Amino acid sequence: MKAYRSMVLVSSDPLSMERGARQVFEKIQQDLESFGISDEISLTMVGDVGRHDALPLVIIYPEAAIYGPIKTEDVHHLVEEHLYKGRIASELLASSRELSGRIAWLNSRKGTLPAENRIVLQRAGLIDPNNIEEYIIHDGYEALGKVISGMKPTEVIDEIIKSGLRGRGGAGFPTGLKWKFVAQAKGNQKFVVCNADESEPGTFKDRLILEGDPFSILEAMTIAGFAVGASEGYIYIRGEYALARQRLEAAIVAAKEMGFLGKNIFNSDFSFEIHLHSGAGAYICGEETALLESIEGNRGEPRARPPYPTTNGLWNKPTLINNVETLANIPAIIREGSAWFKSIGTPSSPGTKVYTILGNVNVTGLVEVPMGITLREVVAIYGKGMKDGANFKLAQTGGSSGSIIPASLQDTPMDFDSFNKAGVALGSGALLICNEETCVVDLAKVLMNFFRVESCGKCAPCRIGNQRAYEILDQISEGIGSLSDLDDLELISDNLFQLSNCGLGQTSGTPIRDILKYFRAEVEAHIRLKVCPSGVCSMSGHKVHA
Amino acid sequence: MVQNTKQSDVANSVIVAVKAAVDAFGAKREEMIPILNEINKKLGYIPPEALDEVSMLLKAPKSQLYSVASFYRMLSTKPRGRHVIQFCESAPCHVVGGKEVWEELQKQVHLKSGETSPDGKWTLLTTSCLGVCGVGPVMTVDEDIYGNIAPGELQSILARYE
Repeated sequence: MKAYRSMVLVSSDPLSMERGARQVFEKIQQDLESFGISDEISLTMVGDVGRHDALPLVIIYPEAAIYGPIKTEDVHHLVEEHLYKGRIASELLASSRELSGRIAWLNSRKGTLPAENRIVLQRAGLIDPNNIEEYIIHDGYEALGKVISGMKPTEVIDEIIKSGLRGRGGAGFPTGLKWKFVAQAKGNQKFVVCNADESEPGTFKDRLILEGDPFSILEAMTIAGFAVGASEGYIYIRGEYALARQRLEAAIVAAKEMGFLGKNIFNSDFSFEIHLHSGAGAYICGEETALLESIEGNRGEPRARPPYPTTNGLWNKPTLINNVETLANIPAIIREGSAWFKSIGTPSSPGTKVYTILGNVNVTGLVEVPMGITLREVVAIYGKGMKDGANFKLAQTGGSSGSIIPASLQDTPMDFDSFNKAGVALGSGALLICNEETCVVDLAKVLMNFFRVESCGKCAPCRIGNQRAYEILDQISEGIGSLSDLDDLELISDNLFQLSNCGLGQTSGTPIRDILKYFRAEVEAHIRLKVCPSGVCSMSGHKVHA
Repeated sequence: MVQNTKQSDVANSVIVAVKAAVDAFGAKREEMIPILNEINKKLGYIPPEALDEVSMLLKAPKSQLYSVASFYRMLSTKPRGRHVIQFCESAPCHVVGGKEVWEELQKQVHLKSGETSPDGKWTLLTTSCLGVCGVGPVMTVDEDIYGNIAPGELQSILARYE
């Protein structure tokens, strides 16, 4: 592989593109040529670098100098100073106050910010995601090599069991056990499926992994295929993720050319193929059995479970389904060992968790931190406090069906077991932080609107329950609710939980339940006093048709 | 006569689009969603004639095709405008000012959710989370994504489209 003196990365998330990242990229290219140094410098557009403060960012390695926001007229000076003369163009550096997340971590060696701990996002934003050689240089395919050249499938599974890794899609099922179930299932043909149908509102961690480090998912799936005895894998990626799909397509081609995918991997007897399958816009397809239906070409309606996909999955064959973030942990665990992995996070939930921080905080975006950090720490350190000095009112964890956490619970450690004890679901890792201007009735209405739209309609409790809950909340927000409506809401929430066929319906009543538990007085004010304490609801007094 | 030629042109373009999609993915039942997606991209929606054609090539009943085409948000069985605006109505965009942007957007294009303008320029849709929540409120126009939108910026964004 060709060696470069410097590596230049230009951020290419949607906001950077809107602010002219493409033009900046092209201008850098031109200037490198005019200085005659284009052979010495590698120049790449990277995906999303995690945070959205001083975009577009231009990051130059090995110095890890972060410049931003960079306009085309800054480029000539930047190239001349940093790349031609070798001096940091300090006046163009992004203000360290505006940087956070991974990007700030690069600077934090000076001790200004607590370091994140990155396992699954280890390479995202650091390497060219289209270049397999860069992946290999950064520990890529070491784990697959180790597995194929010296481990038995059962040893691989034991290592994952020992690591204590739990699924990162939301439910937290022990990953190693799932692998074992599939490995033990009867049948000659088995499948590995990567669930990349990330549709949970507020969640985009999988997108960043796929866009920033696509090879890690291919490597992990190949290891999984070896361990459970599958020769074919599917990645089901949500239809809206066009860039992630392109990156995966290119990665599959490159991995095949290098012999990391396809027939006789590492010249062994093991062969593995990966197919890409795009969704077409349906939240429910993130539910694993709906996802399987969708791959088979049907409506994404969940199956009844049991039997579970581990024995009766894709085309009724034993199938291993893992979330993107779960898979991204696999190569590191194999490489560094289960003892290393267990040393991070909490004893019952080892490893890290990627959170997306959203809402009324100063800095929104994505962090990867050890399991067990508290909500208060996340808001204060990574969110840099509430926006405009407002007060924290509540947070919703894990997307639309997640729990509503009042201020009194913000010191609960965020790991699977502590959250279970507090009656809270960790879910997908979305953290929606709301200030006092948020009305709980209005928020619940938005959430129930989501579920009435996204319910697949297969079973009645979910199809009718979510619609009815939305209508009731709508009336309350117009000031024409009655106190008996609250009993109805509680009943609907219970019925959804107990009677729905799949996880979507079972959890969709969670926000209603939590709001009535923690914020009942505020909801009752809408009914008894015909007042929205936050001043959000229109309280028009007449029915607005849903 | 002119009318007939036009109609057969339309029918031809449907047949061409269907054939290209089926050739690209193979005439297999499990490729139904990618095939319909491709047709939708080419024609802007999936007309009934396209369902007939796919049904024949895939040897799948039309009812099944329709059940799939009507299930997924990215597939449409109704004609859409030249430009499709999708506005995210999920909670993360809502709590950072999405409601005000949505109200202004409806005024700007004189449409409510699900409607297409009489001149066929815009279709306005609300959508569930698009996965770019870090920069909410978010909307897409065709393939372009816009984040951190303030109500005052809508006019200049919409003016970019003919």
